[in-house]
Amino acid sequence: MLSDQDRMFTNLYGLHDPFLAGARARGDWDGTAAVMARGQEAIIAEMKVSGLRGRGGALFPTGIKWAIMPKVDTPIPNYLVINADEGEPGTCKDRDILRHEPHKLLEGALISSVAIRAHVCYVYIRGEFHAEAEAVQRAIDEAYAAGLIGKNACGTGWDFDVYIHRGGGAYVCGEQTALLESIEGKKGMPRQRPPSSATVGLYGCPTRVNNVETVAAVPVIMKRGGAWFAGLSAPKEGGSKIFCISGHVNKPCNVEEALGISLRELIETYAGGVRGGWDNLQAVIPGGVSVPVLPKHVCDTVTLDFDALKEVKASLGTGAIIVIDKSVDLIDTFARIEHFFMFESCGQCTPCREGTGWMMRILKRMTEGRAEPEEIDLLDSVTRQIKGYTICSLGDAAAQAAGGLVRNFRPLIEERIAQYKAGHREPGATSGRAAANPVAAE
Amino acid sequence: MAKVTVDGIAVEVPDGCNTLQACEAAGVEVPRFCYHERLSIAGNCRMCSVENAKYPGRLVTACVTPVRDGMEILTDTPAVKAARHGMLEFLLINHPLDCPICDQGGECDLQDEAVAYGRDYSRFSESKRAVREKDFGPLVGTAMTRCIQCTRCVRFCAEIAGVPELGAFGRGEAMEIDTYVNHPLSSELSGNLADICPVGALTAKPYAFVARSWELRKTDSTDVFDAVGTSIRVDSRGPEVLRVVPRLNEDVNEEWLADKGRFAIDGLKRRRLDICWVRRNGKLERATWPEAAAAIEARISRLDGSRIGAVAGDLVDVETMLALKDLLASYGSVNLDCRQDGAAVDASRRDFYLFNPTIAGIEQADAVLVVGANPRREAPVLNARIRKRWMKSNLPVGVIGPEADLTYPSQAIGSGPETLAALLDGRGDFAEVLKKAERPLIIVGQGALARPDGTAVLAACWKLAAACGALTPEWHGFAMLHTAAARVGALDIGFLPKPGAKGLPEMLHGGVDLLWLLGADEFDVGAIGKDTFVVYQGSHGDRAAARADVILPQAAYTEQDGTYVNTEGRVQRARAAVQPPGEAREGWKILRGISAYVQKPLPYDDAAAVRERLAAANAVFARYGVLERGGCADQAGPAAAGALNGAPFVPPIANYYQTDPISRASPTMAECARVHAPQPAPVAE
Repeated sequence: MLSDQDRMFTNLYGLHDPFLAGARARGDWDGTAAVMARGQEAIIAEMKVSGLRGRGGALFPTGIKWAIMPKVDTPIPNYLVINADEGEPGTCKDRDILRHEPHKLLEGALISSVAIRAHVCYVYIRGEFHAEAEAVQRAIDEAYAAGLIGKNACGTGWDFDVYIHRGGGAYVCGEQTALLESIEGKKGMPRQRPPSSATVGLYGCPTRVNNVETVAAVPVIMKRGGAWFAGLSAPKEGGSKIFCISGHVNKPCNVEEALGISLRELIETYAGGVRGGWDNLQAVIPGGVSVPVLPKHVCDTVTLDFDALKEVKASLGTGAIIVIDKSVDLIDTFARIEHFFMFESCGQCTPCREGTGWMMRILKRMTEGRAEPEEIDLLDSVTRQIKGYTICSLGDAAAQAAGGLVRNFRPLIEERIAQYKAGHREPGATSGRAAANPVAAE
Repeated sequence: MAKVTVDGIAVEVPDGCNTLQACEAAGVEVPRFCYHERLSIAGNCRMCSVENAKYPGRLVTACVTPVRDGMEILTDTPAVKAARHGMLEFLLINHPLDCPICDQGGECDLQDEAVAYGRDYSRFSESKRAVREKDFGPLVGTAMTRCIQCTRCVRFCAEIAGVPELGAFGRGEAMEIDTYVNHPLSSELSGNLADICPVGALTAKPYAFVARSWELRKTDSTDVFDAVGTSIRVDSRGPEVLRVVPRLNEDVNEEWLADKGRFAIDGLKRRRLDICWVRRNGKLERATWPEAAAAIEARISRLDGSRIGAVAGDLVDVETMLALKDLLASYGSVNLDCRQDGAAVDASRRDFYLFNPTIAGIEQADAVLVVGANPRREAPVLNARIRKRWMKSNLPVGVIGPEADLTYPSQAIGSGPETLAALLDGRGDFAEVLKKAERPLIIVGQGALARPDGTAVLAACWKLAAACGALTPEWHGFAMLHTAAARVGALDIGFLPKPGAKGLPEMLHGGVDLLWLLGADEFDVGAIGKDTFVVYQGSHGDRAAARADVILPQAAYTEQDGTYVNTEGRVQRARAAVQPPGEAREGWKILRGISAYVQKPLPYDDAAAVRERLAAANAVFARYGVLERGGCADQAGPAAAGALNGAPFVPPIANYYQTDPISRASPTMAECARVHAPQPAPVAE
């Protein structure tokens, strides 16, 4: 359990003034110049100590990610891009940071910019976040006026400009290279790698794309030390993060908690427990819909950290805990999720373009039970034909979601198919029992 | 260089080349749909997965992965095969599999790969996607339900053709290739989309449902619709030419072909001259060969050589022109002309009328000045080469003449000879550009020469080339762009008036009593003198045939072996793919026959003897196909005469689609001309 003193996002719920005066009262922009003065290497080293991993779902260690950037000044600029295109279903953490803690984000951006030698930062905010973009813009204006960013930011001599770029709402634009394409004014389609965006990124320049939560966590980690952050959780698990608990719980909420907490404890402590009691739980999707679903018996014991979730073939993702109780038709849910992936697939590469629709259609039929039992294996084989063969991870996500259903809920699908078959016998056929025992029928 | 092994075969490939190229270098075939050597890499079909032996089980997409020294590539592991099977299944689930009615059938990449990696049954039991029909104009047929979204066509239009008119609309499954919005493709290279499309989504519209690829007889030949000399393959069945496709020729056309060369062939079946005609009592009547020859003999034997003249058209092969030249010479006539447009040329030296830097050499140029030409209309494939050079790195292009969209940025620096004079004086920004350039290229079009002061313009262009350093022992930047396939060959054999002899303008208005027209229709036929006896020898009943007194039907370029010299001076051969229609005969044979009839027999009886005579006339005809690019040995320019006048240059081609008897007879080209005609301004009501 995370104690209140160790919470980074102290205005997560928007109970206090989100803007400069309130932020300063909470400690934002305090000692920023001193942190920046420690320099690039020290900041990266501190981040490595903290073990902070990217909060956008890919979970790549931030310190290492920054260290990949060019270490020497080149004639071309470096860019910092903040990914605020929070589109993963079930996830709503970045939204609260944008509207309630925008100064934490800006301060983090300034410190990050020192680490990657960028003087320009773009904040890519998804189109639907209108009020949030306004809040961030207001915070940017305040910070410029107060000399915190802009020329000679915080009096350190470091020039730093922040621009907001508003997206059109495409899910795939949350993928870092599609996001860069979108900023450049092109269709949001992920780029091929190699080259990595650390060498050829925005406008062909070295670029780092970081999630809002990652960047916003940087100031506190730098001020309180990487060791403090790492100590919040079990070693190597990477401190604390915001969980978004939604679905069939009594009190859906966002909450900051240390990694390694058990799933059940998290739900029961903060979200008021599962609707109808823990035994009414059917399944949990632990990290946004891209992550395989967990059945109840796994949820009983699993803890929320990287290794434990990896063991059950799931992942922490964005930390969006979607709780599903027994009132729900799980096959229908996944047919809907696959519809989402099909709709949001950019259409660039073959497996994702063709495979997402195929999976969706199979699942739609399975929802009714109008399928053959062998098609469960077909569905599984389609997921395997997608995973790992796509340009970006949208295809992987779609395949993982369907793959998780098949792996954990095969009996449910089989039962549905059997039910359908029982209700749809071919006219003229004898009843099942009679067919099974022709002697008795005579 | 990077040393890599592919399935155990060691190869050395240049650094920075991709894994797929390394596999090809090793002779290992890797299936692909979206990758194309001449286009940017999209990496979206995911078909070319291979395995890096260092990371077993982890696949890399070959087309996007650069090779590393020491890389071990495996292309036939179980993981690779599984991946390719998977991708092919995905590509096929929404593909209509209508191969039996698809024009691509038999030459389809998807079909070929399906044989290699497909199942013999389908696991897909859902409804297939259907895509609404598109209309890309009269040339490119569409069946977009067959599209596999490889985006080769989008990249071709944007990168090679330079008209970014195609794009992918929609996302995911709903992604469709279309124009914005529903307008015909305006590129002169659009026919290449049918070649570049790996499936049957984009096909040649005029060829729809005409033939299957395996029924066709394939004849390697040379295109004659412009002076580029594109290497083509003529596909025929029985007596019909059904299709023309480009052949790979890195020196000339790479693998592209302009639309006129590809689609004007339906003109070969229309308005053909397939029998002799003789004018009797003011009316053309059908005649036999002896009757036609007799009519000619009756006239020609009474004439002095100075009263006989000949004009060669734009599509005539060198053999025929030489035979006619020889025939007229036996009457003592040297009244010959091959320049229907009246362009001023100086044929005293070959490099005065050639595209000296060569087409491939365009890629070495670092500044281009276009004088009185629109390369996009006059030589689309050559223009694509200039665009390729511009894509590589910024290329300053200046244009003297009317402003036009050349598919790459160009700077309009003037409209007429006065700009040329200014550049010679070193005035203007572009004079600086030319001066700074190491290998400037000066393209002189026929629009700059076919005018009263053409000789002066030609001399000025040469002088400018000399002044800006385009004429060095290493680099010859003087490039004349011809529009007629026959022109350079005609100049090479001296088919133009010697000093004192009559050229075309002098032959008109009664300047000669017998005018022999070799497929010449591009001048004002009405200006021929009333009493001039006109012999028209050609393939099509076009403008001049109506004026003729005797018509001799000749084979077209697909029906006879003939030599053509392209604008670079490259000697190439067109080959007979089908028989000429009716009574039509090969050009030089007609002249050989007539010469026997008039008892002045030409000294050659077979094709080999004609070629020997050709090589004797000019040594360049001894070697076919090859061409060495050289520098300029002698800076002395062509003879100058007269002064420059102030009239602006006019491009020689107003309507790209109808420039010669064949394309004027072609319904497809007529439709293109109609679709792409400048839209009249809407009339106010």
